Formats: sequence, structure tokens, C-alpha cells
Amino acid sequence: MSIVAGCDIGSLTAKAVIMENGRIISSALLRSKTNPQLSAEAVMKEALSKTALSMDNIQFFVGTGYGRKNISFVNQAISEIACHGKGARWLIPGARTIIDIGGQDCKAVRLDQDGNVVKFVANDKCASGTGRFLEVMARLLNISIEELGGLSSRSTAPIILSSTCTVWAQADIIKYINSGHKIEDIGAGVNSAMAKRAAILANSVGIEPDVCMTGGVAKNEGVVRDLEKLLGKNIKRTRKADPQIAGAIGAAIFAMEKVNGRSK
Amino acid sequence: MIAAGCDVGSLSAKAVILKDQAIIGKGVVRAGTNPMDSASKAMSIALADSGLSLESIERIVATGYGKEMIPFAHAVESEIVCHARGAFWNLPQARTVIDIGGQDAKAIRMDENGNVVRYLYNDKCASGTGRFLEVMADALDIKLDDMGQISSQSTEKLVISNQCVIFAETEVVSLVNEGRAVPDIIKALHTAMAGRVASMVLSIGAEEDIVMTGGGAKNSGLFAALSVSLKRPVHAMKNIDPQINGALGAALIASGMSRQ
Repeated sequence: MSIVAGCDIGSLTAKAVIMENGRIISSALLRSKTNPQLSAEAVMKEALSKTALSMDNIQFFVGTGYGRKNISFVNQAISEIACHGKGARWLIPGARTIIDIGGQDCKAVRLDQDGNVVKFVANDKCASGTGRFLEVMARLLNISIEELGGLSSRSTAPIILSSTCTVWAQADIIKYINSGHKIEDIGAGVNSAMAKRAAILANSVGIEPDVCMTGGVAKNEGVVRDLEKLLGKNIKRTRKADPQIAGAIGAAIFAMEKVNGRSK
Repeated sequence: MIAAGCDVGSLSAKAVILKDQAIIGKGVVRAGTNPMDSASKAMSIALADSGLSLESIERIVATGYGKEMIPFAHAVESEIVCHARGAFWNLPQARTVIDIGGQDAKAIRMDENGNVVRYLYNDKCASGTGRFLEVMADALDIKLDDMGQISSQSTEKLVISNQCVIFAETEVVSLVNEGRAVPDIIKALHTAMAGRVASMVLSIGAEEDIVMTGGGAKNSGLFAALSVSLKRPVHAMKNIDPQINGALGAALIASGMSRQ
């Protein structure tokens, strides 16, 4: 019997997963606080509140995400790449290529058939191609980030963004808004620009099916569909859990393996 | 010979009128949505400044992103060539020109005759262009023109680790929330921007003398930061508004002059 937890402290959101005998019994997702420790405490408290458990019941904690090294209760910190790979395999057992788009970064990871990381690339230098790009554009369009994904399927004439840079694209979007373009067409253009950047990253690690997406942007159906077209491959969806918590799931699985003595 | 140059950029339009070897008129205006109107405005200011009429100008060369749309221009020339020509005329020992515009940045290397040998141009990424500092001035609620002076009051070294405008802006907001001093933040911003520009300059080979032109050259803090990043002094143009360098180069080409 094992009760373990995984915490993924990202730049914009904090995620926690509690697992009992390999099954998710609770999870939580919150906006990140001012420091990783506060974020981790808050998100764990939230996840625990949905169970009858307390911190003392957790046998092993694994932390991941950019803030993983600054959490007091974490027993082990493991890289995001490894945790996302692990979490994605749990969500989609045949996953070989993972495209993870977070709030401030974008990663593409290729796994071998046993789930080991073969190659990965990441961008955290440029806001374009990260969730931040979508966030900035959603704010300009005065809609929520959740609404943005649905616009693509309702668009009849998507705009084409000529600038990659988030700053210049912002100016382009303002011009489109002012010249009376429909919000559906602008949103579709934004999603498609995002997919283009993700496709470049994914192609640079080499695409091997099954392809899956994790991170918050995986919930944007417009981006996922455009990315499928660009890659010429189906992207597997999962109903098992929220793709945004894949990193925390992976962390929890590592913790479980530790408790079960299967990990090196 | 009376000649003029007109540089229509994305954010401002500039005009320079030359008589023989001397600048006798200049005009700088914020660019509107129509490049033609912006160019006409800049030119009328320069004409008024010189006391001449448009008819008395023998030859006009246009440059800048709106150069093809200027009805009164006799010829067009690339921004790269114009900036090189202007800087070389002003400082004959110049071999490298760093031009920081409102929405672009250029690094140009010249030979001893002022001919362009190599150049690099960035208008794809806002980082390293004037927009970087403009966004940060807004975030800090200060004037762009005051940034250089304020940064000179810095006492503590801070590091802005992002070069991306979007990410650096977030960093600035957290530094403000942490209670960091504004002069220290601005100095760190100049350093971050200089890092981006320096990598561009170094990739074409920075040969001395290095001169900075464009609106960015109005910022003393950027000169200091670039000199540190390049480990070599970065010079200012002599007795001239660095923002009119492109128009000056165009005017020099119009008049057929290359050396002072």
C-alpha cells in the first residue's frame, strides 16, 4: 500500500496529484503564488482537502517544475522532462512524442518504446510558442484563454499572422481588430500561429507516433487540430486526467516507484 | 549642390537638407499611419529650418521602410547603406555601426572607404530594438528619454535574465514588487538589451571604432552597457542628432558626397 504525491510548480500554475496504489485519488491546480514554497503548500492543501488525508499520510513526495528545488517537504526533485514523459505514458501508454506547452515554455520530448527520453528540445527564451503568447492575445481579444480554443472551428477566414514575436503580433492583432475582422477569424489565426511554432519544435526531435500533448495548451482544441494538420499525425487525446497535470502525475508515479522500491 | 534625404521609419520620419558640405535643415516627426504624410511633414519642417522651398532641392533620396511611397523622392536607397554612409561621413574612423531604431536593430561593418562589408538586421524580434526599452519605460511609468539619466543613479547590481520583451517585462514587475530601486532595474534592463545587441554585433565582427546611431543612441545608459558587453568603447556621433543618421546618409547619397 502506497500513498504518494507529486507537485509540479510551474511559472504560472502549480499542480498537485495524490496517488494511492497507482490510482489518482485527488488533484489540484492553482495559479502560482509569489514563491514556489507558498505555491506548493497551497496546491497540496487544496489536493488534501478533497481527501481524508493529511501531509503526514504522504509517504513520499516528488517535486518538479521550475520551482522544484525550493519546496521544503519534497523528498526528491526530478526534472520536468522526465516527469512529463512519465505522466504522458501513464495517460497514453503508447506515447512516443510529447509536446508540452506550458505557461512560459514549450518542450518536445521523444521517448523510446520503454518510455526513456531519447531526445528533447525546449524553448523558454521567447514568449512566442508558449502559453504566454495565447494569454496575451486572449487579453487583447477580451476573452478568456479557455474561450480561445473554440474559435478555430467557428472561423471561416482565419487571419494569417506575419510576425512571430509576441510584441509585433500584438500590434498586428490590434490592426485586425480595428479593421473589423471577426473575433473567430483572429482567434483562429492566433491558434494557428501557436501550432506553427510548436510544430517546428516537435519536428526538431523527430515525430514518432503516438503523439500526445500535455500542459495547459493541450486543452486548446484549435491549436491541437492545427498541429495535427502541420505534423500530418493524429494527436492522441485522453480522458483519464487533465493534460495540464501530466507533470504532477509523472512526479507522483516516480514517488510511487520509490516507495515500492522499484526505482534506482 | 542642395540635396535632401528622407528616412521614413516605423515610428518616426526624418529629413535632412545638405548644402555642399553642411547640414542646413532637419526635421523629425512621429510617424502617422501614412508614410507619405509623415515624409511630407518631416520635409516641410526641414525646409522651414533651412529657409528653402521644395523646388530648390536638386535631388532627394528616400530610405526607411516607407521609402517606396515618397512622391517627392528621386531615388531610393537601402537603410543599411544610408546608415553606413551617414556614420562614416560623421566619423571617418568608424568601422562598425550599431543602429537601434524603434522597431529594428542593425549592425553594419564597413571597410576603410565606408563601403558596407557585412551587416545583420533584426526586425523579427522586439528584443534588442527600441521597443524593448519603450515597453519597459511604460511598465516603470517613466519617460523613455529619462532612462539613461536615471540608470546613472544605480547603486546596486541587478540581473534581468530574460531578453524576450514579454518575459523581461514580467521580471521588471516582480522586481518592482520586491521593492527594488528603479535606477537599478533600468541599469539591468540596459545590460539585458546590450547583451542582445552585442551578440548581433559580434556575429558580424566588431571592428573599431564602433558608433551607435538611431533613437537608441540618445540613451547614455545604453552606451555604457554596450561598451561593457562589447568590451570596447562605443562612440556617439559628433555634433548631430543620432536619430537623423539615416536621413543624413540618404542626403549624402543624393548629393554624391561620401566624405567630409
